[in-house]
Amino acid sequence: MSAEVKAPRDVNPARERLLARRRRLGRYVLPTYSWLVIAYLVFPIAIMIAYSFNKVFTGLQLVSFSWNGFTTEWYRQWSNVPGLTSAFWLSIRLALVSTVLATVLGTLLAIALVRYRSNKFRGRVAIEQVLFLNIAAPEIVMGASLLGLFVTFNIARGFLTLVLAHVMFSIAYVTVTVRARLSGFDRSLEEAAYDLGANPLTTFRLVTLPLIMPGVLAGALMAFALSIDDFVTSNFVSGSNPPFPVWVYGATRVGIPPQVFVFGTGIFAIGIGFALMSIVLSRRET
Amino acid sequence: MDQPVSTDHPRRVEVPRRGAGWGKRLAPYLLSLPASVWLLLLFIVPMGVMMIQSLETCSPATGLCVMTWHWGELPSQVSLYHQQFITSLIFAAVATTIDLIISFPIAYWIAFYGGRRKNFFLIMLLVPFFVSFIIRTIVWEFILSNNGIVLTFLKHQHLVPSGFHVLGTSYAVIAGLAYNYLPFTALPLYVAIERIDRRVLDAAYDLYANRRAAFLRVILPLAIPGIFAAFLLTFIPAFGDYVNQEILGGVSNTMIGTVIQNTFLVNFDYAGGASLSVVLLAVSLVGIWLYARLLGSRTIEEYL
Repeated sequence: MSAEVKAPRDVNPARERLLARRRRLGRYVLPTYSWLVIAYLVFPIAIMIAYSFNKVFTGLQLVSFSWNGFTTEWYRQWSNVPGLTSAFWLSIRLALVSTVLATVLGTLLAIALVRYRSNKFRGRVAIEQVLFLNIAAPEIVMGASLLGLFVTFNIARGFLTLVLAHVMFSIAYVTVTVRARLSGFDRSLEEAAYDLGANPLTTFRLVTLPLIMPGVLAGALMAFALSIDDFVTSNFVSGSNPPFPVWVYGATRVGIPPQVFVFGTGIFAIGIGFALMSIVLSRRET
Repeated sequence: MDQPVSTDHPRRVEVPRRGAGWGKRLAPYLLSLPASVWLLLLFIVPMGVMMIQSLETCSPATGLCVMTWHWGELPSQVSLYHQQFITSLIFAAVATTIDLIISFPIAYWIAFYGGRRKNFFLIMLLVPFFVSFIIRTIVWEFILSNNGIVLTFLKHQHLVPSGFHVLGTSYAVIAGLAYNYLPFTALPLYVAIERIDRRVLDAAYDLYANRRAAFLRVILPLAIPGIFAAFLLTFIPAFGDYVNQEILGGVSNTMIGTVIQNTFLVNFDYAGGASLSVVLLAVSLVGIWLYARLLGSRTIEEYL
């Protein structure tokens, strides 16, 4: 590291020893420790994947704690549990709808917050504080208060209430993500477009949007991930057709079918695939 | 930090367009309107409704609530469930502390020695998030169960007595909380340590600081904002969590989240549930307010 650049005038043996120890710490102790932590983080996922291949002997077709032998049966019969499959598709639809809505609303808000200071934008400070509160507030309180709202105003719980809730908790994350990418934005590009006679809408479509697209996509991915994994809020605002996590939670009381782990493995594979792909792509760019 | 708002291009000012002034003046409001209305109606208003509801009396049978200005509900719920509040505070504090201790060295290592593989290691830190929260917790139930792989192995080796169990104890709940929220701790710490200027550290060594002194007097103070962000982002969700307790815990270590969830969804006691939520929110707001006071509310964005 940079510590190797040392001034020739000062050869201090104590300092040399220290640097050597520092290097040892960086070379052996910390990496070993870090890989152990990573192993700890990965361990339950490995177990999940392993148990998705576990044979089941009981007639109920529920996962058991003991290992009964290898089978790919559950992958072949992945859609055999009707409630689980419909819950999964509901989650996918819910995530897609709320991602689109939250991304549009969050991006517009991010543009407003980056472009206009409080003297031209009254209420800006209040909005920022609401965003902060929204991120920091405990989810159970948001879920419980939404349930209270829906009950008070007699709104039937179902897909609509789920979308309302998911967009609500995703907006702040999208705004924050998009804003981070927007702050390095070169306004002179837009001014060039204006000078060339473009109206604001054309400028936005042809100049601004393509430039902020990476940030918008990152925000959308975040919203999708938040939505598909959400349990606490969804549990309060879903009706008789629960999304995937709520269904799985309900199933824990009677026992879970092995297909849950098949879905879990599938979602994990897709997610990690996307993440690794983004690393490879970002490496190619630089 | 505010991005400097560039002034209008001189040529555009010279050509007056009808309505352009209004459009420009309204632009920030129009851009922020949809999101603000959404957040107002579905985040702020529900909180208000919840506070009002905590003063109402609700019929568990019909779910109808009547305003009775029942101020006694709040203290009576608190005295009824203060034990669960204390349990939640302790569990969340212990889990957050464990997470801070576990993740500081790895965050330090990735930030200082990660090199080109930094992004790969960060994804490894986030790896639990690629599996559904509920499934993660269920898998821990598997792992820790009496005939799960860990205890079977340990009992086989006679390292623990055969009657030993983890599931249902407070240890299991804290372990689950610590696992599930570890990435929330590790990422802010990484961001904070990443930002430390290496030259400051080299200066400390040049001034004959030993490793201990360099760590205690340079790295740690500079990482304090990240530690605080990590604490907030881990402690608050862990404090209100009930999934870990419901799946991994027993009856003796009920957390307040479990109580709130049951009050709403099992007993349909909306007034009681609202009162408990108000208290939970108030406790969390103390932490949130302290954070905003010390570090400013905008800083949380840097750590997400």
